[in-house]
Amino acid sequence: MSEVIVITSGKGGVGKTTTSANLGTGLAMQGKKVAMIDADIGLRNLDVIMGLENRIVYDLIDVVEGNCRLKQALIKDKKYESLFLLPAAQTRDKDAVSPEQMQKLCESLKEEGFDYIIIDCPAGIEQGFKNAIAGADRAIVVTTPEVSAVRDADRIIGMLEANELRNPKLILNRIRIDMVKKGDMMTMEDVTDILAVDILGIVPDDESIVISSNRGEPAVTDDNALAGKAYRNIVQRILGEEVPLLNLEEGKGFFGKLKKIFQKGN
Amino acid sequence: MFDFWGVFNRKSSSKDVAKDRLKLVLVHDRVNCSTQVLEMLKTDIIRVISNYMEIDEDGLDINITETMSEEKGVNVPMLYANIPIKSIHKGNKA
Repeated sequence: MSEVIVITSGKGGVGKTTTSANLGTGLAMQGKKVAMIDADIGLRNLDVIMGLENRIVYDLIDVVEGNCRLKQALIKDKKYESLFLLPAAQTRDKDAVSPEQMQKLCESLKEEGFDYIIIDCPAGIEQGFKNAIAGADRAIVVTTPEVSAVRDADRIIGMLEANELRNPKLILNRIRIDMVKKGDMMTMEDVTDILAVDILGIVPDDESIVISSNRGEPAVTDDNALAGKAYRNIVQRILGEEVPLLNLEEGKGFFGKLKKIFQKGN
Repeated sequence: MFDFWGVFNRKSSSKDVAKDRLKLVLVHDRVNCSTQVLEMLKTDIIRVISNYMEIDEDGLDINITETMSEEKGVNVPMLYANIPIKSIHKGNKA
């Protein structure tokens, strides 16, 4: 059975692309055959986050316009054999593709035998969003604990439900435990209380995300990164397993640091 | 750790402020009712009620909030109107 999952948020800059890269890679690490589609036409970024920017020959528009076969445009990941990227076109705009074409593309990928198709949705609620959700079976909404991001997430949840994508799941990104403790950042409970959706996972604001983006290697592959663990947990939940929510205090404090030093020595 | 001074600090934490503001703004977003529409509604309500009684227009408060629906068991939008009456006999005199 294959499933198309769209990663969306409304607001830009909350971590859709990073989430897409990590979940796609994480699912491939579990042996699943995964295709990641960058639907952010004109502002492609999933390729650089994945470290595959030098391998692009064809893109999504080439596929939908019939300039190449689907298989020719799919870029195989550096590390994981079962992970593929379909990059966005950089020199076109979002009107270059229609929701019907996206639906057809998702169907073709399902026929190719992919277990999961992850779509990185552009920010906003216009054409690009409508294209990205057209072929999706379920949706993941990414937000951060900020008023602007939560407000936009609410709007996106409403629009997803209006488009028959019921019960989207939430990922709360960039939580800072130090600020939460001081009462200066909304907690997971605060956000789910406001948005009334199920939480799929929480991801800490972690330096490892910046470092892994710099290197073009998603943090989910890093055993020592707390954010990596957060993404691995989310992957388990997507696969239907019950995993408790991440303890954000892990690795903090004297013993946590000591533990880390020993881990690094291995 | 017990926050000793926090007990005396009556100012609410910034996350609570964020939460309260968000709740209010989302109520408006969800019902898709602009402040302009609300203003028009307010004017109409004043006009209609003024036919029957004298009301305190400055003390008037009309807003959209949320209330728990007893039927559905979820929060639903509610039009809240607090309209102080100055004199109830206005309509009867006519």
